[in-house]
Amino acid sequence: MNKLKGIIYNCRQATFLIEKKQLGSLTLREKLELRIHLTGCSVCRVFQRQSILINRLVRGLFHIPPAAGAKLDPTFSNKLQARIDEELKKNKDFL
Amino acid sequence: MKNYADILYSYAVTRISDEEQARDLVQETFLAALERVDKFEGRSSEGTWLMAILKNKVIDVYRRNAAGLRKRTETLKAEEEQQDFFDHLDGHWNAAYRPGELGVDQQDPLVQKELGRVLQACLGKLPALWLSVFTMKHVDDDPSEIICRELKLTPSNFWVIIHRAKLNLRACLQKNWLHEYE
Repeated sequence: MNKLKGIIYNCRQATFLIEKKQLGSLTLREKLELRIHLTGCSVCRVFQRQSILINRLVRGLFHIPPAAGAKLDPTFSNKLQARIDEELKKNKDFL
Repeated sequence: MKNYADILYSYAVTRISDEEQARDLVQETFLAALERVDKFEGRSSEGTWLMAILKNKVIDVYRRNAAGLRKRTETLKAEEEQQDFFDHLDGHWNAAYRPGELGVDQQDPLVQKELGRVLQACLGKLPALWLSVFTMKHVDDDPSEIICRELKLTPSNFWVIIHRAKLNLRACLQKNWLHEYE
């Protein structure tokens, strides 16, 4: 019971569980503890909402469609292409 | 080569935020692929194969970044800052760090775009190791065991970092958002 009381009032632990929950790793006991905490703690409810939002935003930032993505500098591209051609030729000579 | 170079570059540059280093990784990826071309058996597409090589190279960079002394100091500093978030004894939010409403409609696409911009700057300020763990998990959906193995973390280390990275990002987002838009 003491342990349960600990989490009900402990926001540090509750935010830890909120992160674990989003990655699908809560035990039954942790789920229960977190639910009790969130019922009584509006600040951690705000945290949870924003935490979920951040996950969504970060995914959006990283999953850029290729067409809109970053482009290599053409000079660099061309040099690289030349180097690849050269290597390919070497391979052929070897074979 | 052109078919893939820009896609690979986009991937690398969003993950290591250093253009020159990202370019070098793309080059190394192609050269490594050429060397091993006889091992490529066509079980996956060329693009997937190249991406897998690049991904390993990005993880090497993460590993090196996390090991440097300067980076370790950076992590310590971020950890220290965070100690003030909660009361040391009872774990309550300290008043100055309590999450507050951002005062916007989080579903609005335009608002999300602006929030994304602020968040991007916050990501750039995370300690290198935290950023690596965070993006491998949340963006690439890598299994936790693989992240722990690649970056030499214990499972409890891993969860502490996932937690700390989010506390840090959220605090940074709120602070800069309210600063810019009030």
